[in-house]
Amino acid sequence: MELICPAGNLPSLKAAIDNGADAVYIGFQDDTNARHFAGLNFNDKKANEGVSYAHQQGRKIFAAINTYPQVTGFERWKQAVDKAAHLGVDALILADIGLLDYASERWPDLRLHLSVQASATNAASLRFYHENFGIQRAVLPRVLSVKQVEQVIKESPVDIEVFGFGSLCVMVEGRCLLSSYATGQSPNTFGACSPGSAVRWKETDQGLESRLNGVLIDRYEEGENAGYPTLCKGRFQVENKIGYAIEEPTSLNTLSLLPELMRIGVGALKVEGRQRSPTYVKQVTQVLRAAIDASKRDPENFMPDAEWMNALQKVSEGAQSTLGAYARPWQ
Amino acid sequence: MKKMPQLALGPIQYYWSKQKIEDFYHQVAKTDVDIVYLGEVVCSKRRIMRNDDWMRIGEQMQEQGKTVILSTLTLLEAASELSALKKTCSHSPFLIEANDIATVQILHELGKPFVSGPSVNIYNSRSLQKLGEKGLIRWTLPVELSVTELAEFQRNRPDIIETEIFAWGRLPLAYSARCFSARAENLQKDDCQFCCQKYPDGLLLSTREDEAFLCINGIQTQSARTVNLLGEMDQFVELGVDVLRISPQSEHTIDIIERFSSVLKQPQSADRFNSELEEWMPDMACNGYWNGDAGMENCIKSPAHTGTGHD
Repeated sequence: MELICPAGNLPSLKAAIDNGADAVYIGFQDDTNARHFAGLNFNDKKANEGVSYAHQQGRKIFAAINTYPQVTGFERWKQAVDKAAHLGVDALILADIGLLDYASERWPDLRLHLSVQASATNAASLRFYHENFGIQRAVLPRVLSVKQVEQVIKESPVDIEVFGFGSLCVMVEGRCLLSSYATGQSPNTFGACSPGSAVRWKETDQGLESRLNGVLIDRYEEGENAGYPTLCKGRFQVENKIGYAIEEPTSLNTLSLLPELMRIGVGALKVEGRQRSPTYVKQVTQVLRAAIDASKRDPENFMPDAEWMNALQKVSEGAQSTLGAYARPWQ
Repeated sequence: MKKMPQLALGPIQYYWSKQKIEDFYHQVAKTDVDIVYLGEVVCSKRRIMRNDDWMRIGEQMQEQGKTVILSTLTLLEAASELSALKKTCSHSPFLIEANDIATVQILHELGKPFVSGPSVNIYNSRSLQKLGEKGLIRWTLPVELSVTELAEFQRNRPDIIETEIFAWGRLPLAYSARCFSARAENLQKDDCQFCCQKYPDGLLLSTREDEAFLCINGIQTQSARTVNLLGEMDQFVELGVDVLRISPQSEHTIDIIERFSSVLKQPQSADRFNSELEEWMPDMACNGYWNGDAGMENCIKSPAHTGTGHD
């Protein structure tokens, strides 16, 4: 099982490689990738350096071009694909049918991975992308139980990558328009969820308020930890009850599932967080490297080390974690 | 003279009682709607209507001269869901609406043409073209896209593919493995007790300052606000939109169909229906996506601004 780590800049990329990532995924500095944040991602020069650094150590770089090319700007996405091909990346991570069609036609020898943003949750969907574009791997949305992942792997024509750690998307990736409903910008159209430009914080008599384009996402009393107002992780009212109606601020953590994920044949484990710091990348990569190695050595007696869990807890959203959809009760 | 769009009634997004569904389609049969989508699109556990029931209603609709389309699930996770889908696709006497790429693949393998619903991600002409090669004969514009994108699509689309617009209803915005209706009732999804049945228009989710924001419908999240694009008829005609979709709600759907139908017959009459249409919405109106804004916005147009800018 490969370990795939995120990098939003060169120091993060090096931290991932130095601490045992098998591959690092990166994006370019525009809306062609799903972490389109100011000051993040790679220009040509840094991308070049990153690819050389990884290749010198025998590791891989994947380029995520995983937003949906807009009908009025398809050219820009084609250019991103061409740029990645010229850089010599080891694979492209794509979601859009049109762009997959372009990439497979223009760069037939370049390895293609299906992004989680393509929302492929079953074997028939994977067959579509495999038959039409020759994808060699797919990243599964964070909606399947372990049993369902196993079923998909059994029937899948391609290698399967799943999320192992990081911020949790509650909705099927690629099928969530909540962000554009509130702000006009979504992962599909713009490469960002709950974009920073729409966020406002205000101290009020009732507490600290976070808003997204005017919509009250949460309100914190004194002593409560305030988190980023990702709109599915706010506190709302449903039938006069106030609470986390969709999801709490929490991160996915699959350490305890590693032997099981290996047993069912997961080919790669992905860490979320291209928007996070080099320190985050370093810590998470270190822990997951050690955990995967330990699980490989002795899957029967594998137990997540308390120190690993502590380290991951510290970098988790809301300082808490969950098995997410892998475990039925979460659903 | 330019062609007027046809009128479609989308699949019921909610979990109504069998009696309510039967009564509903009994009424629908008498309306002017041209196309009727039938079947469950949100949750595979909702089995109050069996396949035979849908087939029977479909046949009744056909007898009334309606075109019947069988809608399919949006989120397919379990192998059992996939095999049920295959059976449906193989045996359906009606055209199928694919709401997931799995359905596209299965229908392509069967050599059957299909239409696509709003959750199949088609954001550019090359994707549309490619799916056309696989058997797509009509597609629905993703609800988050605007008239600007639609105009660009319409310029380049293959002649054989028709375009449908989600013109009325609470917007389907997201899908999850988690059932939010069950979560609201403190139930596990595996023991949900079909609690979504209590909410024939979904369960309102408001902010802590009582602003209606979203609407919970099982594993689906909708907008609290209802999109109403009836006032855009001039642009639909100008851009050659083929079908307008009305998404069913628990009350007044028949009245809404009648208003749409009346505007189709007499395009200048949309404004006079605005106040009654707004009264029939479960909450407020929105049209932000159509205008290229945040989806929840509601922009009231002055009559001077009805052109598309693409004439």
